[in-house]
Amino acid sequence: MSGYVIIGNGVAAVGCIEGIRSVDTDTKITVISAEEHPVYCRPLISYYLEGKTSLDKMNYRSPDFYSANNCDVVYGRKALKIEADNKTLMLDDGTQKSYDALCIATGSSPFVPMFSGLETVRNKFTFISLDDALSLEQAIDKNSRVLIVGAGLIGLKCAEGICGRVAKITVCDLATRVLSSILDNECAAFMQKRLEEYGISFMLGDTVKAFDGNCAQMNSGQQVDFDVLVLAVGVRANTALMSELGGEVNRGIIVNDKMQTSIEDIYAAGDCSEGNDISLGSKRVLAILPNAYMQGYCAGTNMAGKEQVFDNAIPMNSIGFFGLHAMSAGSYPTKEDGATIYEEKYKNGIKRFFIKDGLLKGYIIIGNVERAGIYTSLIRQKTPIDTLNIDLLKSYPSLAMFSDDIRKNKLVGVM
Amino acid sequence: MKRVYADEKWCLGCHLCEYNCAFANSGTEDMVKALKDKIVYPRIHIEDTGKITYAVSCRHCEEPLCVKSCISGALGIENGVIKIDKDKCVSCLTCILVCPYGALSEGDGGAVQKCELCLENSCGEPACVKGCPNRALVYEERCDV
Repeated sequence: MSGYVIIGNGVAAVGCIEGIRSVDTDTKITVISAEEHPVYCRPLISYYLEGKTSLDKMNYRSPDFYSANNCDVVYGRKALKIEADNKTLMLDDGTQKSYDALCIATGSSPFVPMFSGLETVRNKFTFISLDDALSLEQAIDKNSRVLIVGAGLIGLKCAEGICGRVAKITVCDLATRVLSSILDNECAAFMQKRLEEYGISFMLGDTVKAFDGNCAQMNSGQQVDFDVLVLAVGVRANTALMSELGGEVNRGIIVNDKMQTSIEDIYAAGDCSEGNDISLGSKRVLAILPNAYMQGYCAGTNMAGKEQVFDNAIPMNSIGFFGLHAMSAGSYPTKEDGATIYEEKYKNGIKRFFIKDGLLKGYIIIGNVERAGIYTSLIRQKTPIDTLNIDLLKSYPSLAMFSDDIRKNKLVGVM
Repeated sequence: MKRVYADEKWCLGCHLCEYNCAFANSGTEDMVKALKDKIVYPRIHIEDTGKITYAVSCRHCEEPLCVKSCISGALGIENGVIKIDKDKCVSCLTCILVCPYGALSEGDGGAVQKCELCLENSCGEPACVKGCPNRALVYEERCDV
């Protein structure tokens, strides 16, 4: 038996290991880890810079995790090629590994556009890995002027992380609002205001045309002098291993609800994969941590021979800046799409529901996010709105919105 | 596994479970010092449908979404009990985003809190159950789970 091989050592890989071990406690698992670190949580790198966590607390699992799960981790190596016919893969040091079942959990990589003059910039970083954060930390001091290109989740969490440690932060983005992938205009403006209150400046609808050393020439004609550059334009799924095999790839590696790819005995999970989003009714890359774990777990269970599906994935995010939280889940159909949009605004927040076809399809809440998971579950479970007390749903998330029978059943049962 | 169950038929809506919970987890011996003039952070809460009341706390799910979604590895399962390592928690609130029961909340110390069945605090058994005046809360093993 060749055993199981997992390419990647992030959260999807851990899900996969734990999924396999829920079925098969013996057969060896080999993990190919490009990074030299045991598994840690990427979203924590900004919290590390902010001082809210430390290197020893960033470990996602206990130090004996790999040995306790009979895993052999190959650190500092990348898989170069998969040969599906004889079920082997080749690593970048020339060694070969054979597998009975393989999971590709290679994650994503920062996308860096070809800015003219980028090669003349000193102190430039991406912000996705622990090593990125450690290098950035070395480059900044209290006098640093930092330019962050990209006002998405990565760019803004980076800004929050270093805010107390540098002199000035400017964030630019071609989009006209912050967090454009998860928030609409009004909600985005709310979050932007909070960041501005903490001294972060924005140049939205504007991006870098060219660099001349550490000076950015913007599309708008403005110039920004900076000491440190962070490139947080976006990420792209690492799909090359599968494309070279001729397997089905779109923006990510296409998987079904069992996390199987189009090639036999090869599975994919996490940010490199593209599976079903039930709120949208089509496939998309859902590069979020909960999804990575659940896809990995599902892949692992199937790899070990027990059939399981993960068939209620939706996009969802909980993100906070300087104590102001925003939660979002699902998709946001518009009135033109036939949706009903219900909203409430407060001094310190916004609540917005997107209802279509008798179902809650998505929501955005800023401010009081207590118990928002009850709303998230309505989207994931496709609970018909007409079975709920709509007034209670709108006013406050609680189990009181369900019918007596359903509520009693929920409180007696355990997921 | 023994869990806390609420029987809404008997709940008086008195909120004593919330106060007993906050006291048991306060780390102090004196209930007055723990609660008087303080914002309390109970890990159980009373909900009200307009007709009846009932208490909600962690169900200690067998397939817990909170543990699977935790971005820091702070949430984990120990002998069936879902626990949070407050040192590791960065308060991203992803667990609150996913819990279908609304059973996790922000605590007072920059970390999320949840019911851990009082197994390691001064009470040693669920304080909400122990102090429920009408036995609307029970701590027992149920075969239907």
